[in-house]
Amino acid sequence: MKQILAQLLSGKPGPGAASVPAARENLALVAVLFGLVVLFSAISDRFLTGATFASIAYQLPELGLLTLAMLIPILSGGLNLAVTFSANISGLVLAWVLMWGGGADAGLTALIPAIILALVSGAVIGWVLGAVVAYTGAHPILASLAMMIFLRGLGEFLTRGGSVSGFPPEVTWLGQGNVMGIPVPLVIFALCVGIWALILTRTRLGFAIYQLGSNLEATRYSGINTRWALTMVYVLSGIMCAVAGIVMASRFNSVRVGHGEAYLLITVLACFLGRVDPFGGFGRVAPVILALVILQVIGSGLNLLGTNQHLATALWGGILISVMVMRFIWGRVAGRMR
Amino acid sequence: MNNDATTDERGPYLLRLEHVSKRFGGVQALDDISFNIRPGEVLCLAGENGCGKSTLIKTISGVHRPEPGAVMEWEGQDMTGLDPARARAMGIQVIWQDLALFPEMSVAENIAFERNLGARPRVVDAAAMRREAGAILERLGVSIPLDAPVRSLSIANRQLVAIARALVADARLVFMDEPTASLSQKETDALIAIVRRLSEQNIAVVFVSHRLAEVLEISSRVTVLRDGRYVGTYSTEGMTQARLTELMTGSSFDYAARPERTDRPAPILSVKNLTREGEYRDVSFDIAPGEVVGLTGRLGSGRTELALSLFGMTRPDAGEIIWQGRPLRLQSNRDAIRAGIAYVSEDRLSLGLVQPQSIADNTVVTVLDRLLGPGKLLSPKKKKRLVDDWIDRLRVKIGAAGDPVSTLSGGNQQRIVLAKWLATEPKLLILDSPTVGVDVGARAGIFAIVDQLAKDGLAILLISDEAPEVYFNADRILHMRDGRLIEEFIPARTTLDHVEEAIHA
Amino acid sequence: MPRFLSSIGATERWLILVIACICIGLSLATDTFFTLVNAFDLLNSSAVNVIFAAGLLVVLVAGGIDISFAVGASVVQYLAVIALMKLGGGNWAIGLILAAFFGFCLGAVNATLIYHFRIISIVVTIATFNLFFGLLMFFTGGVSIYLLPDWMTRRVILFEHETPAGWAEITLPVLVMAVVVLATWFLMRKLSLGRQIFAMGDNVEGARRLGINIGAMHYLAYGWLGACAGIAGLMQAHYAQEVVPNALYGRELEVLAAVVLGGARLGGGRGTLLGAILGLALVAITQNGLNLLGVSPYAFRMIVGFIILVAISMSGETLGFLTERMRRSRRADDVASGGAE
Repeated sequence: MKQILAQLLSGKPGPGAASVPAARENLALVAVLFGLVVLFSAISDRFLTGATFASIAYQLPELGLLTLAMLIPILSGGLNLAVTFSANISGLVLAWVLMWGGGADAGLTALIPAIILALVSGAVIGWVLGAVVAYTGAHPILASLAMMIFLRGLGEFLTRGGSVSGFPPEVTWLGQGNVMGIPVPLVIFALCVGIWALILTRTRLGFAIYQLGSNLEATRYSGINTRWALTMVYVLSGIMCAVAGIVMASRFNSVRVGHGEAYLLITVLACFLGRVDPFGGFGRVAPVILALVILQVIGSGLNLLGTNQHLATALWGGILISVMVMRFIWGRVAGRMR
Repeated sequence: MNNDATTDERGPYLLRLEHVSKRFGGVQALDDISFNIRPGEVLCLAGENGCGKSTLIKTISGVHRPEPGAVMEWEGQDMTGLDPARARAMGIQVIWQDLALFPEMSVAENIAFERNLGARPRVVDAAAMRREAGAILERLGVSIPLDAPVRSLSIANRQLVAIARALVADARLVFMDEPTASLSQKETDALIAIVRRLSEQNIAVVFVSHRLAEVLEISSRVTVLRDGRYVGTYSTEGMTQARLTELMTGSSFDYAARPERTDRPAPILSVKNLTREGEYRDVSFDIAPGEVVGLTGRLGSGRTELALSLFGMTRPDAGEIIWQGRPLRLQSNRDAIRAGIAYVSEDRLSLGLVQPQSIADNTVVTVLDRLLGPGKLLSPKKKKRLVDDWIDRLRVKIGAAGDPVSTLSGGNQQRIVLAKWLATEPKLLILDSPTVGVDVGARAGIFAIVDQLAKDGLAILLISDEAPEVYFNADRILHMRDGRLIEEFIPARTTLDHVEEAIHA
Repeated sequence: MPRFLSSIGATERWLILVIACICIGLSLATDTFFTLVNAFDLLNSSAVNVIFAAGLLVVLVAGGIDISFAVGASVVQYLAVIALMKLGGGNWAIGLILAAFFGFCLGAVNATLIYHFRIISIVVTIATFNLFFGLLMFFTGGVSIYLLPDWMTRRVILFEHETPAGWAEITLPVLVMAVVVLATWFLMRKLSLGRQIFAMGDNVEGARRLGINIGAMHYLAYGWLGACAGIAGLMQAHYAQEVVPNALYGRELEVLAAVVLGGARLGGGRGTLLGAILGLALVAITQNGLNLLGVSPYAFRMIVGFIILVAISMSGETLGFLTERMRRSRRADDVASGGAE
């Protein structure tokens, strides 16, 4: 694992790195991050404190997990608009199994099946979505949109718009505890990042995802089972949504359908800020994680400055537009220099 | 026999170009080109891929501006500083190879779309559009349902719609860019008749084609370009295909046909009565290790469709494929690859390679299983070794293996395609039009590789619609027409002209 | 009449059939569905969505997508009401012109980003969705406006008829809906500009080579949707008699789903107004029926989501693939039996 992380951070020349060397690309993001930290600490003396970093450490993972769930579909040339509600449904599955196992008194015998079933529910949702995309040729935007409407309806129908709460302490530990001072959600997130990087750089599936993201038919002609690979893209995305759902449920000690809905935009934003190609085929995990940290620092900074929550929403939209416009201009300039 | 005809005095020119050059960055796309045509004349623009034909068309239709110093005259008037709108207004129309039609719209609307152009809102007169489109189609002597969406038409009919659209705007000069590339023989004959009719109506037609038989049949003169330079303009009277080939390529074909094979090894592949409805019918042949079998026939003859079935992309309706003595049922191309069949697609741009991805990834995409290291993970070391090995073996000229494969020249791209398939260690290699978009010089290199592969015992099915290509590189030639295998030639026992005649008959 | 029927596409025919079946079923299952009052209620309450759908169809045909239009409509509601108050009240004509103008401007923002900066439309409109909504909530503080100009809150009844079940009424939004639908139909079917939008959605490269102004078409398509959305926003404020900042939040997905149900294709070039309206009708009637049958409103979204998921899976490509398979296997049988003879 250490070796892989080192490889990621050292900026192995990956696909699409021809124009910008990967290391420099990461360096630019680190510079932005550093600038932001300096800026916020200059504005507020409460920024450079342990409390800020603790809050970032606990908030980053759920957003990060959803971003990972968004990353793979975008790499495959699609999009998964159902990530947040998929996470909600998996959270609900976890909650129900725990309720059935005794609520706040449920022990490990209920927790382990609850987690497994939550993950399975995510995989099943992803499989259905993936099968629709891969086998019927439906557009991923439409398919995931319909799935999102369905899941939201399903969740609201089953919970009657309310929330499910009251979990055993083990679950609370997952969301709020720490291991040797490191928050448990952060550990889970780091693990998932490692797995994602491994899948994308070192497995046949990951290889296929990049190829089919650029050209599905040419990849199929090369003897890759593109239907299977495309289905797996959404299965993986669904499983990662489930992990996010579990972390979210345990952090808030409750599950409500619609929770985290606003994250959808930020996951897309993190991917594009992390230089993932919106048309698929190019993008790596490391810059996306850096982009996430940047966004989380901005979020915490705004929070600390007492920025209105809605103004922050508007800002996210504005940042997404600026990032895309800057990418466009950068592409023009780089093209002219070549 | 240099019957250069640029100076004869058979009437005023409609269009006259002298000293036309065009540079793109450091590339000299056109270098001092002369070109002229009279009203009602049918002229052919001939040359190999990349000789500058399309740049010239784009210059004449106002898309590109020539370098200063060019003389461009339209009916004796200077026409430098042309833009696409003015070119259209003057009556210069281009029928692009991809037709540029609107598939969801009706035939009538496609033909008469000119009426809808412009920024001022106008009410669409559907009845007038139908009338206009109907009149044009009648003038062409064809009947196509006016209300059918274009997507429901055959390729040949789409071609006719594109021609009709060009005529709507009172065309005086029509460029047809490879109009016969996707037509059957019968459809080509119909198209040639239409070109004649246009000529009778005093419309000048510039016909761009690399099918020499057509070139000679249809046009009165032919202008030849090579590597962006003007070679000359010649009367088709007395011109032969061999001579024209020489003018286009700059080198005469002094290859000899391959000697006839005397041994008859057991076939590795036998195809028995293979049929797929609407594509090919009752096809039987076999191919042995070390043998190069040419498969020729025009587009739409079923040759690519047959290859796709042998590669498992489509399933035959009837008949069987015997592979190494046993029946082979292919559910997908993965089965074919596993069995040892590889297929180099004719469409390198969208099917042969994943263009934006790296050279290295494109080389190993077919053999991921062999890159697995400990823990079933892909090993970067094994990948690098494999890529370096193939790039070395096929002498591919690359910058870095991480560069996008689209940065390579056509010939080097084709070598990467070969590498990715040879890496699967196939026993049968199907090459579908392997020299499309490959420079003349690089073609010989590709065929040298093919020859070596055959010597090493690989069975090769070489598909091409260029008769010389199969004649000089195959042991046997199978001729396909309208989905059936109609005859077989042994190059050593016949002449190239005989084969060409048979194909174009 | 037969000519009219033959001009209806396959998707539309399917929708008509399904809607007819649902209507017959509901008429038999409830005694409230098949009444003039219910029909007119449905029409009045669907008018806003139909106006949205007409605009969205133009963008889909042009080859784009927009999910910012509903919150854009909320922004327009505020801007229009504030501007009207400044103008001293105004009237319907001024209100509609203002709403359409503000809406057009918001649409033009999307068009600028999509055309000049080559950003894909889904990303642009996800961003502007949040930008519009965040700014709206920030500047309004989430506060609703109840004090609207008099003319805006006065119900305008165009037609009424007393039935045993109560008064059946048709109100102003239905008229506006009819005008917008007709105008959109005129643009897309009868005007050269609309045909150019179709052409662009069908084959951008071909359109460019013909000399169609691609940039102008972007502004026209997104601007048209913006203007429609603005008008729909005004109608919604009139219908609800108040302006609430998050009243239209989430409406974009409902409308998008219904329009796609009606056969419009993501990627452009295909889509009819009739299909879009039928798609909306199917959703509205299903909702109405579930309501009358006493099904929980929470189940509704789930059912609609499911219907759409099934519908897009059954899209042309899938059906084409299946029929091709059937045709092939039948032909193969013919060949086999022919060979045996």
